[in-house]
Amino acid sequence: MADKIYSTQFQDKLERNVFGMVIMLMILLSVGGIVEIVPLFYLDGTMEHKSTAPEVIWDRKEGQTLADWKAGDGVRPYTPLELAGRDVYTREGCYTCHSQMIRPFRDEKERYGHYSLASESMYDHPFQWGSKRTGPDLARVGGKYSNDWHVRHLRAPRSVVPESVMPNYPWLEHNGIDGTGIAKRMSAMKALGVPYTDADINSASSAVAGKTEMDAVVAFLQVLGTMVKFDEEKDYRK
Amino acid sequence: MEATQAEQKYHFEVVRWFTIAAVVYLVVGTLVGDYVAWELAFPALNLDMAELSFGRLRPLHTNAVIFAFGGCVLMATGFYSVQRTCGTALWSNKLAWFAFWGWNVIIVLAVITLPLGLTSGKEYAELEWPIDVLIAVVWLSYSINFIMTVAIRKTSHIYVSNWFFMGMMVMITYLHVVNSLAIPVELFKSYSVFSGVQDAMIQWWWGHNAVGFYLTAGFLGIMYYFVPKQAGRPVFSYRLSVIHFWALMFGYVWLGAHHLQYTALPDWTGSLGAAVSLAMIIPSWGGAINGMMTLSGAWDKLRDDYVLRFLIMSLAFYAMSTFEGPVMSSKTVNALSHYTDWTVGHVHSGALGWVAMVACGALYHMIMKLWNTEMYSAKLVNLHFWMATIGAVVYITAMWVSGIMQGLMWRDYDEFGTLTYTFAESVAAMHPYYTMRAVGGLIYWAGGVVMLYNVIMTVRQAAPVKSGSAAPASA
Repeated sequence: MADKIYSTQFQDKLERNVFGMVIMLMILLSVGGIVEIVPLFYLDGTMEHKSTAPEVIWDRKEGQTLADWKAGDGVRPYTPLELAGRDVYTREGCYTCHSQMIRPFRDEKERYGHYSLASESMYDHPFQWGSKRTGPDLARVGGKYSNDWHVRHLRAPRSVVPESVMPNYPWLEHNGIDGTGIAKRMSAMKALGVPYTDADINSASSAVAGKTEMDAVVAFLQVLGTMVKFDEEKDYRK
Repeated sequence: MEATQAEQKYHFEVVRWFTIAAVVYLVVGTLVGDYVAWELAFPALNLDMAELSFGRLRPLHTNAVIFAFGGCVLMATGFYSVQRTCGTALWSNKLAWFAFWGWNVIIVLAVITLPLGLTSGKEYAELEWPIDVLIAVVWLSYSINFIMTVAIRKTSHIYVSNWFFMGMMVMITYLHVVNSLAIPVELFKSYSVFSGVQDAMIQWWWGHNAVGFYLTAGFLGIMYYFVPKQAGRPVFSYRLSVIHFWALMFGYVWLGAHHLQYTALPDWTGSLGAAVSLAMIIPSWGGAINGMMTLSGAWDKLRDDYVLRFLIMSLAFYAMSTFEGPVMSSKTVNALSHYTDWTVGHVHSGALGWVAMVACGALYHMIMKLWNTEMYSAKLVNLHFWMATIGAVVYITAMWVSGIMQGLMWRDYDEFGTLTYTFAESVAAMHPYYTMRAVGGLIYWAGGVVMLYNVIMTVRQAAPVKSGSAAPASA
């Protein structure tokens, strides 16, 4: 059943010339990525604060510290303690079971809250949207439970949610946070474009002094989804 | 006689080492996977130890099966088939040995760092920046060695399996370099240079094409060499292989966006990804048909050639999961399937059914050729075949049921218009399926152990084929 040997002259040339084939592949294989990725860096429609909703970003005044921010003021960089908590979150691989990305469906709105905006994760290096919900979405978990609940839950999840399959995280309470390390991490974030001021970075060490990783993770979880105050009438994804 | 000549002509020793390593990593990688599967069914198995907790071990599982097992299979089969199809020894035997040791150092570093929680936090690309640099260097050494071997070939045309291998090499280089761009803070801590939505798109451009090129194009290269060889028949259609090769190369790159539908990624990007995903049925099935029809007129061989069974069953799984993929990428289905176990089931129908089975078929074939002997036990090959098939089917079925059930429970409303189930109730409902999945994985893993035993016995019984004058390691 095999058909007769047939090819175009161009195909025949490529099959005789390995470098021609590799160059052809290099060109062809770059197209899809360029078309899908590059526009995301410059199209204003990608980020809501550049298109429909400039107010979702915190308008930080000269001399204000991160402590001057209040919930709902808009997206801001993480405080040193929250950043330390976020690093613990990625270290423990929380993203393998928890998403941080709410889709615009009725059930997700009722379960988790307003759908997520791109601008909400603009300071997240790397993003932690996740791909799997073995546990619930955490994009707006902030403020839903008390700090005390979170500590008990992280220590022994089944003591508060009997059906849970989450591991216990007893070691978080015993690990301290390295203050100078956090300052270095904030400087790296600043180099990547996260708007930390020198004052933010200089005060980082004292902000995390005496705190444990448990305090840090709880601080991180409690800020998730609390930064933007949403207008329920507004369509942010135009 | 022929084996001795081949031994003098080609560099086979490095291929042997890659082959054995691949079999060992199959057992190790699936063992870690099955352990984390049991952890989801019985969370006490996390043992309150950081190094054994699900969130740290799961990346070890994915890295072990993709990079340790998959990588060693690709390097073993790549270095073997490129020499056979080009009629020449490797361009550089030294560079091939560098790839072997370099790749294994990477694997050891992964085994140490991932349980310690040293991770970049990007799915399927968790290894930290110094290891990423090492991966890039070793990968390039493998690619350059392969391409240069094709360049010095004794044949006029480049055989089709080599097209696929080279496509994979170019694309994985792009993907790995761009997706791993990060700013180092400490020796094993870095932050991705991208953030939020751009990072998400780049991550899934990598994520889906690790599947599309590393685990598909590369393994199609394996298929195009080993299926015709084992069946003793020429590839069914040359024309089909040309068309589906270029269509696959061009198309696969676009699919990553379908992982981000209805997220904060702009709608145009997700829809574009979904549209190309639908079209990808054609090149994918082109490959599956081309492989399967290679057996036309020789189907009776499946009755007693157990190695061929692996190869053909893998193509059946490949056809199934490349049909399932486009279905899941359509927006209506994706709204239900995203975030559920259905995705996990889909990945494993590709990984257990297609990738690992075509790999095992190729490994058995190579072991018999490289050690110039029959397998120690053909019955054990058959046993492995059935354990792998049954294990994969049990696994996939459990995940279909649990995934669809999850999706339906989350969106279910009662007669009062309120959500019927709490999230915790959906977790509890998964328990039987998580157990069933872990059992399926256990069967699959045990099949791998059977293979390892069979391979060890085969190598032990094989007469040394190396003729005294041409010690291949130093040749």
